[in-house]
Amino acid sequence: MGLTHQSCGSKASREKFHVFTDSSEQPVVALAGNPNTGKSTVFNALTGLKQHTGNWPGKTVLRAEGVFLHRGRSFKLIDLPGTYSLLAHSVEEQVARDFICFARPDATVVVVDSTCLERNLNLVLQVIEITDRVVVCLNLMDEARRKNIEIDIKGLSNELGVPVIPTSALMGEGLDLLKESIYRIALGLQYTKPLKINYDDVVEKTVEKLNKKISFYLPEYLNLRWFSLRLLDGDMTIIEAISQHLKAEFNNTTRRVSSYKYRESVN
Amino acid sequence: MKKEVKLTELLPGEKGIVNHLTLRGLERRRLMDLGFVKGSVVEVIRRSMFGDPTAYFIKGSVIALRREEADEILVIKIDEGD
Ligand SMILES: Nc1nc2c(ncn2[C@@H]2O[C@H](COP(=O)(O)OP(=O)(O)OP(=O)(O)O)[C@@H](O)[C@H]2O)c(=O)[nH]1
Ligand SMILES: [Mg+2]
Repeated sequence: MGLTHQSCGSKASREKFHVFTDSSEQPVVALAGNPNTGKSTVFNALTGLKQHTGNWPGKTVLRAEGVFLHRGRSFKLIDLPGTYSLLAHSVEEQVARDFICFARPDATVVVVDSTCLERNLNLVLQVIEITDRVVVCLNLMDEARRKNIEIDIKGLSNELGVPVIPTSALMGEGLDLLKESIYRIALGLQYTKPLKINYDDVVEKTVEKLNKKISFYLPEYLNLRWFSLRLLDGDMTIIEAISQHLKAEFNNTTRRVSSYKYRESVN
Repeated sequence: MKKEVKLTELLPGEKGIVNHLTLRGLERRRLMDLGFVKGSVVEVIRRSMFGDPTAYFIKGSVIALRREEADEILVIKIDEGD
C-alpha cells in the first residue's frame, strides 16, 4: 500500500464518518481496543485540550476526536468504541469495524491491557486481518509490573509482525515512543508484515473461490480476503455496509464529474 | 472424564472449564470473542435478581450473559479440593 494509501476516494469515505481533516496531508489515526484498556487515557494524553466529542453519524455511540503534533506534523486522532471484536455483534463493534474498514485510517493503534494479553490479542488479530497499518500499544505496563507479569515485547512484535510499544498512559510513560511509531506507520516510513491467519483447507479454498466472484465489485483498496471471510461467516451487516460505502463513493464521483462538466459548459 | 454441565447450572463462586459450545455461526463466534473458548476457566460471579443476566469472570474480565446464551456453553465443573 504505502504512499498510494491516501488516494482512491478515501477522503470522501472519511467525511461520511464526519472526519474532516485540515488538509489531505493530515493523517488519520484510530484508537481501538477492548473496553477499559485505557484508550481514552491514551487519547487525552496525546491530544490534551485539542479535542471535542459528539456522536457517530446516525448512532448514539459517543465519539471523541482530537489532534496531536509530532515532529511538526499534525495528526487527527479518533477514539473508537471499546470492543472485544470487530465482527459487528453490537452497534459499537459495527462502528469500529466500519471505520477501520471504510475510512481506512493511516494508522490504527490497538490499545491492549498488558495484564490480560490473551483476551486482548483476539482484537489485535482481527485488526491486522483488515489493515497492515497497525501499532499495538501495550498499556497498563505499570500494573503488569506490579503483578510480576513479564512480556517479551520483541517476541510479541516479531510474531504479530507489527510494532508493539509499552506504555503506562496514566503515568505518561512511553507516549513519545508511541507517537514516533504512529508517525512512522501513518506516513509509510515503516512497513509491517502482519501475521497472516490461515484457516482450514476448506475455508481457504472457498475464500479463493469467493475472491474471484466478488473482486469485480470491490474497489481494490478494500481488503478482498477479509470481505470473503465475512461473507463466509454469513455476516449480513457487511453486505449492507459495503453497499452503503459504494453508494457514497458513486455519488461522490458523479458529483465530481457533473461539477466538472458544469465548469466546462460555463467556460 | 467428568460430565459436562451447562454453565447455567453452576452457582455463584463455582468454576468450570469451557468444553463445548452448542451454538453455530455468528452466535458461536460472539461467545468465542467474549473469551468462551475451549479450555478457558470461567467463574460465576453473581446472578442478578431474577437470575438473568449472570456475570462471569473469564480471561481477566467480567462478562454478563443472558440465560439463553449461557445455556449453550457446556463446562466441566471444577470441584474445590481437586
Ligand atoms: N494503572 C494504570 N491505569 C490506567 C492506565 N491507563 C488507563 N488507566 C486507568 O484505567 C481505567 C480505564 O481507562 P479509560 O481510558 O477510561 O479506558 P477506555 O479504554 O477508554 O475505556 P472504555 O472507553 O470504557 O472502553 C481508568 O481508571 C484509567 O485511569 C495505565 O497505564 N496504568
Ligand atoms: Mg474510553
